[in-house]
Amino acid sequence: MGGVVNAVFAPGFFHSDPVRTALIAGAIVALVSGAVGVITVLRGQSFAGHALSALGTLGGSAAFLVGVSPLWGFLTSGVVVAGAMEAVGTQRRRGRDVATGLVLSTALGLSALLLYFDTIANSTTGVTITILFGSLFAISGITVPAMILLSLVCLAVLALLYRPLLLSSVSAELAAARGIPVRALGLAFLLLMALSAALSSVAVGTILSTALLIGPAATALRLTRRPAMAMAVAGAIGVISTWAGIVLAYDSYHWAPAGKGWPVSFFVVAVIFTLYLVADLGTRLQAARARDRRTGSPAAAQPLATVRSS
Amino acid sequence: MSGDETTLRGDVLALEGVSVWLGGRQILDEVSFTLAPGDFAGLIGSNGAGKTTILRIIMGLQEPAEGKVLVDGRRLGRRNRSVGYVPQKVLIDPDAPLRARDLVALGLDGERVGPRIPSRRRRQLVDEMLEAVDAARFADARVGNLSGGEQQRVLIAHALISRPRLLLMDEPLANLDIRSGQEIVDLLARIACEQHIAVLLSAHDMNPLLPVMDRVVYVAGGRVAAGTTNEVVRTEVLSKLYGHPVNVLRVDGRVLVVSGSDVSLEAVPRQPQPGRPAAEATGRRGGGDV
Amino acid sequence: MFADYMVNAWDVATIVAIVAPVVGFFVVLRGSAFVAHAVPEAAFAGAAGASLIGLNTVVGLGVFSLGASLSIGLLGRRGRHDVVTALALVLMLGMGSLFLSWSTEYAPEIYSLLFGEVLGVSSNEIGITALLGALCLAAVAALYRPLLLTSVVPEIAAARGIRNHRIDMAFLAIVALATTTAVPVVGALLMFSLMIGPPAAARCITDEPLRTMALSVGIALATVWASIAAAYQTDWPIGFFVTAFAFVGYALAHVLRWAREGYARIRARKPLPGGSAA
Repeated sequence: MGGVVNAVFAPGFFHSDPVRTALIAGAIVALVSGAVGVITVLRGQSFAGHALSALGTLGGSAAFLVGVSPLWGFLTSGVVVAGAMEAVGTQRRRGRDVATGLVLSTALGLSALLLYFDTIANSTTGVTITILFGSLFAISGITVPAMILLSLVCLAVLALLYRPLLLSSVSAELAAARGIPVRALGLAFLLLMALSAALSSVAVGTILSTALLIGPAATALRLTRRPAMAMAVAGAIGVISTWAGIVLAYDSYHWAPAGKGWPVSFFVVAVIFTLYLVADLGTRLQAARARDRRTGSPAAAQPLATVRSS
Repeated sequence: MSGDETTLRGDVLALEGVSVWLGGRQILDEVSFTLAPGDFAGLIGSNGAGKTTILRIIMGLQEPAEGKVLVDGRRLGRRNRSVGYVPQKVLIDPDAPLRARDLVALGLDGERVGPRIPSRRRRQLVDEMLEAVDAARFADARVGNLSGGEQQRVLIAHALISRPRLLLMDEPLANLDIRSGQEIVDLLARIACEQHIAVLLSAHDMNPLLPVMDRVVYVAGGRVAAGTTNEVVRTEVLSKLYGHPVNVLRVDGRVLVVSGSDVSLEAVPRQPQPGRPAAEATGRRGGGDV
Repeated sequence: MFADYMVNAWDVATIVAIVAPVVGFFVVLRGSAFVAHAVPEAAFAGAAGASLIGLNTVVGLGVFSLGASLSIGLLGRRGRHDVVTALALVLMLGMGSLFLSWSTEYAPEIYSLLFGEVLGVSSNEIGITALLGALCLAAVAALYRPLLLTSVVPEIAAARGIRNHRIDMAFLAIVALATTTAVPVVGALLMFSLMIGPPAAARCITDEPLRTMALSVGIALATVWASIAAAYQTDWPIGFFVTAFAFVGYALAHVLRWAREGYARIRARKPLPGGSAA
């Protein structure tokens, strides 16, 4: 038994400060992302979610230039960009994606410039990778209270807006008919996504935070159709994935090829994707079996038709 | 086998004993009817009666479990140029850079692979077609910016330009106001006559079609009664089709199909629902008349 | 600015500026901006992996972009790709970060893959870029009509016997091909703006599909050429200029349309019938 535990959790795992911070921060981020992610998937706004987190690159690189914690950079740019997307975007789904894309690419271009300045100013070339791909082990303990506070705000707002958000994602017209200000609600949700994207950008980097937002939520929605239940399941899947990622990354310090550890973000994403594939495959098999059972009668009728035409 | 027989009769469309199941439920039950060139036929039935399934079967998008579909005496593959189709509701992005004439030109050979060679003949064909459906006025406007009736004309031109033998229209009147709907019906009747093609048009209300309709294909509960309006829209024929007694009333040149104590315009519920006053349905008719 | 070592840059940028908007025209028409954004980013992982095992980056880009777009097409349900796109994207990027952590490459190389590096293009790479670009244009020319029909009116396309799903897969493969062509030049994060920006601008100005395509190639060429010149002068990253100029082009096109509509309204002395809301 002890051997197994030692094989899974490498010696020193529970005594390391970075690991403890990573476990706490990872759990917070996963819970918030799971809850926000379910609504994101239901509203079909995966691209906006990805754009908001990728855009954190802009804030992150600016924060490095100024010398504050990247969390605040992610947050500020997320809020600004959410506003810009709402201003440029239209109500039509197709137009919305193009508007999102244009804002996204322009901001990424700007962050290319800022990252370039970062590299010149600090002559440290790792900034790009830290911001883009992040690392749970690099979170400083000071950031954790702020993260807890922000995630509580995020969850509280989500609980408050839960019902109108759900209704307007089913049908915007229905929501408008009930007197819900659909547009303001859309902006509020963009801000919520920005907030959760900022949190998860700290953990797994700006371009991978989409994994935490979309992956567990999509998996949970394969397993259950009830939104509140899906949020809980998504949170659980997120926590499991991040913790599994942390354990694996910690173990990987002795793995080939470099012997300096595989990136924790990779493990998190890999676990999330595997879980999604398993859930997707499971539901597809189930649907196929159900279809076979239901189409019993036409299959039985098929030979009849051949007899007739021959 | 019986293909020769139908060709001899010159039918454009023949359905012979077509049955369809979807998800264990029988949607169509031994449906048979024929259309001749120049026929203007209405495919009449309430929502869920099986109209769209019949159209999909004719287009070859769905395989019947039993029976066969012959267009011009031949079974159809997926790529058939002898059937033109105008769907019910098309949402065209107003931002899409596509003019009415571009969409009509795609009707010539939109499914073909390979670069398109522009020619004067193509342009002329497109112009003639736009003229024929009274769409020349907005030939150079974006399709997405046109009104419902205008889009309908462009889509008809798109379907007709490849010279089909049969034109299928799914609920063309559902999204139009009464005047545009009447214009479209007149246009289609004229085209059926001039170009000698069969038009099959699905609708839940047969009244706007009564003046121009040569044949009616009445669908209820997956079964079909076909023939001229006078042959089909009769109390005994429809009672047999519905499987319970219905009355066909003619009021002010309009047809009402009435079931039990429940009166409604064409849409007769599967089960008679006692206790609903007939006046309600009459009121609806009045509303529709305006 | 037109020195020998810059000639390659001008050539390759011109090829990209022709290919990206032609494919981008359909990206904008189909509203599949997310896919067009995700495939290049996924391709980045392939480039990182290829450099790790000593292969040409173009091979890595090609394999990963094709893999990403095909899996998006296969896993997508009923034409809705967004969730699968996001997942495929992050999986590929996760692998990218893994490859990066293994590799001994210096950060500037990674940076240039993400944000573009026109000046680093060698002569034999131009050959590959030109070949891939030509292939991409040929594919678009071959599928032009069915692609146009499925993008605008999928219901009618299906009735005409076009298999929308197959066209969808073919289109995703074309996006992958364009990605492989363009990413070494403008970078994984930014080639997307060259795909989206010019066609989105051009369709504000003209109504006809082929003319829109031609105009967007024009806009893209102007954008890229101006960006090279600006990057050369300032030594700032070219990606910044490409995105900035693409956005300016888009904004200008909107201003132009707004002005034209206003002028038409004044001339007609009455409000536009319906406007853009049909």
